[in-house]
Amino acid sequence: MFFIAFGLLMALAWVRLQAPDVALAEAAIGAGLTGALLLAALSRLNSIEHTTAAPAYPQKSARALQLQSWLAMALLLILNAGLAYSILSLPDTGAGLTPLVTMQLEHSGVKNPVTAVLLNYRGYDTLLEVFVLLLALLSVWSMGTSQQQPEASPGPVLDNLMRLLAPVLILVAAYLLWVGADAPGGAFQAGSVLAAAGVLLLLSGWRLPTRLLDRPLRIVLIAGPAVFIATALATLLSSGRLLQFAPDWAGVLILLIETFATLSIGVTLAALFAGGRPHHPPDRS
Amino acid sequence: MISSANLYALTGSGLFSLGLYGLIMYAHLLRKILAINVMGSGIFLLLVALAYRSPGQPDVVPHAMVITGIVVAVSATALALGLMLKLATHSSSTQLPDED
Repeated sequence: MFFIAFGLLMALAWVRLQAPDVALAEAAIGAGLTGALLLAALSRLNSIEHTTAAPAYPQKSARALQLQSWLAMALLLILNAGLAYSILSLPDTGAGLTPLVTMQLEHSGVKNPVTAVLLNYRGYDTLLEVFVLLLALLSVWSMGTSQQQPEASPGPVLDNLMRLLAPVLILVAAYLLWVGADAPGGAFQAGSVLAAAGVLLLLSGWRLPTRLLDRPLRIVLIAGPAVFIATALATLLSSGRLLQFAPDWAGVLILLIETFATLSIGVTLAALFAGGRPHHPPDRS
Repeated sequence: MISSANLYALTGSGLFSLGLYGLIMYAHLLRKILAINVMGSGIFLLLVALAYRSPGQPDVVPHAMVITGIVVAVSATALALGLMLKLATHSSSTQLPDED
């Protein structure tokens, strides 16, 4: 699908704009995961459409459609002209928040400014975001169970490739997590690489054993948000402010939060790809 | 002469408008979800392009916001696709009914 190519082009644009952290996230999520999600939905949609006949909607006449299209295009051209005018009328240079960020960087516990912003200065944003992910997964799970897919046996080539790739991807995720303190990388990038490993495993027919599907899976899913909340409460009790890290402890705490957040983000995204609550083991349902 | 940051920002606003056009014109829900993703990419491009204007090192606060945005966008997309599949199973249609 063109969307995946579009995502890769966006990743190149981020590199050109000197935003390597964003490029990593976009390459893993925007290009990889979203494309995989859309393709999976399309194939499920096709299997649904083959089994049922679509109801006939009253079709608009071609003339009305053309009129509508011209109208939308004209309105959007006006909107775009307005946007372009406001972009071009902005001053050419603006320092933004850079001086503030670099001034406080030595107290933040990490050397990568993006990680510092994500987990120290604006930690509550990231805290809430981890919960947004959990909420999305809960909503998807509440819509029903995933289709029972038997453990398919992939061909020998795919099987061997996955046996080689999955450990490498996990290693890459761990590296991105560790290096995130000093260089581009961090919890979200590492989590999405982990999710990519999970999606590849799901696609090539690997399934979690059923005894891991119930409680262990859920514990990993909430580990990230739970550790984040616990840290937030601890800082609230010790310093009186939510997520205000003492400079000596900041590095350790950020690494702790990021480690669990990476695990949870990776597993949540892979579970979103699987779609639907996993089936209960037969002895419980 | 137009600066490269402005060129990227204009591309971002163009992508946003293109996505909005797709959202309005196509009835198929999968295309609508795709269009919303294109709109989101346009907004991210605009934010990062504007961050690029600061002298020396680009402003990192919009970068952090965009990373957050990308992750939220993918979870919202997954939720929207789940809802669409549910609609397709129950009403065997991939369009929203017209309001009469």
